[in-house]
Amino acid sequence: MSTAPALPGIDAHPKLSVRGLYLSFDDGGKPRPILDGVDLTVEAGEFVCLVGPSGCGKSTLLHVLGGFLQPTSGSVEIDGEEVRGPDPRRIFVFQESAVFPWLTVEGNIGFGLTHLPGRERAERIAHYIDLVGLGGFERAFPHQLSGGMKQRLEVARALAVNPDVLYMDEPFASLDYITRMEMRRELLRIWQRERKTILLVTHDIDEAVQLGDRVLVLSARPARIRQTLEIPMPHPRDAGAPETIRLRSRILDEIGVAKNI
Amino acid sequence: MKRIESILWAALGGLAVLIVWQAAAAQSAVLPTPWKVVRGFAELARKGVLVDYTFASLWRVARGYLLAVALALPAGAALGYYAGARRNMDLLIQILRPISPLAWMPMAVVWFGVGDAAPIFLIFLGAFFPILLWTAEGVRTVPRAFLLAGRNFCGSHSAVVRRVLIPAAFPKILIGLRAALGIAWLVVVAAEMIAVNSGLGYLIIDSRNAGQRYDLVIAGMLLIGAIGLILDGALQRAEKLKFFAWGFRHDANV
Repeated sequence: MSTAPALPGIDAHPKLSVRGLYLSFDDGGKPRPILDGVDLTVEAGEFVCLVGPSGCGKSTLLHVLGGFLQPTSGSVEIDGEEVRGPDPRRIFVFQESAVFPWLTVEGNIGFGLTHLPGRERAERIAHYIDLVGLGGFERAFPHQLSGGMKQRLEVARALAVNPDVLYMDEPFASLDYITRMEMRRELLRIWQRERKTILLVTHDIDEAVQLGDRVLVLSARPARIRQTLEIPMPHPRDAGAPETIRLRSRILDEIGVAKNI
Repeated sequence: MKRIESILWAALGGLAVLIVWQAAAAQSAVLPTPWKVVRGFAELARKGVLVDYTFASLWRVARGYLLAVALALPAGAALGYYAGARRNMDLLIQILRPISPLAWMPMAVVWFGVGDAAPIFLIFLGAFFPILLWTAEGVRTVPRAFLLAGRNFCGSHSAVVRRVLIPAAFPKILIGLRAALGIAWLVVVAAEMIAVNSGLGYLIIDSRNAGQRYDLVIAGMLLIGAIGLILDGALQRAEKLKFFAWGFRHDANV
């Protein structure tokens, strides 16, 4: 579809390009719109957070981007190639832990690596166990791990297949406050090392402001992108800095939540 | 210390049963004494029927049970996977399921005549439904996130079925397999009282009919109990394997 001529030295395609995404579910004969014309572009290596009121369809949007749901109309392209279904080049990290309880830590991380020869597979597994700090738990089963460790395991399993893009659907929502803080720091550290393109859906505005290069604010359902906020601040970011507070306040205004309760 | 204590209690319990049994036998014209039952065992062993009949029963159970496994696993998986199939088949299953396999006996004899086929058919019926329903339940309740993650990492649908759906459903399937084996072992004894002339069920009915040998009847009953215990123990052991253990923990992450 794209006929834009490639300029010399410049990649013609952004990493992810979404145009006119529309999705409606059939609700007893009449269509119920969920996504109402979503357009967005994400560059390679960018960390983009999606926030919005609960039930606005942000999780559904992520499922469409991941190829798990077909949009009613519109297109999702990665590197200029239309997304037609789930693909190991783009890994989805789920809200509730989706690590496989019948596999060990090693087995989970190696799940997507069966095509590799044994030694390379073992090295890759060891590398990601180390990266997420699960050393010593190689042979443990998920039920022997804490919530935070399970989430780290899921991130490691996702990274191990070396995807271009990570879609994260409220990945830390079920963790306690302290663990959530730690996981944010861990994710940033990993992102800075591996430079994956990350789209993270969250209802936690602090999380979005702390992590994202850009925060996209979605409208109430049917979802559209209401506002895009660039966050040029370097990491680590101070949650109490005036700039951070101003941004958080702007997002709250956009979503339409009363700040003073 | 704990171990010695539990062995001691088991020995005491066994002794109490023997004493009560001995006392009851003294009052009864039918109930043989424990010692007579022990001699009955020896007699059966000497005649060679102890081993032969045990294997005859086990072989019938094996065929009926494996036939049930072969048909109930794919059928149950389909029921679990397709909500539509579940809705359509529900009434039929709910009507057939409460019918004791033994109620099929007259039909089984008419259809299959005298021989192994009739008891095997009854064992099949008894084992089929628990495996079918637990497999359907296991497949139906696989968390959606597991299947989506499987699709994300695996290239093909068959890989998702093999690497995610089956292992995720297996703890529940194992419950069905275990229940079905218990039922199969109950059914074989009853089924062997008709249509065949070997097996532990036949041993019991034949011992009564041919000379009221209640010592042999009780020997047969004890043997049936012991083998049932071993069969169940084998599948119970499977639940303890690390690969499956996650599904049998209350705090398991499912």
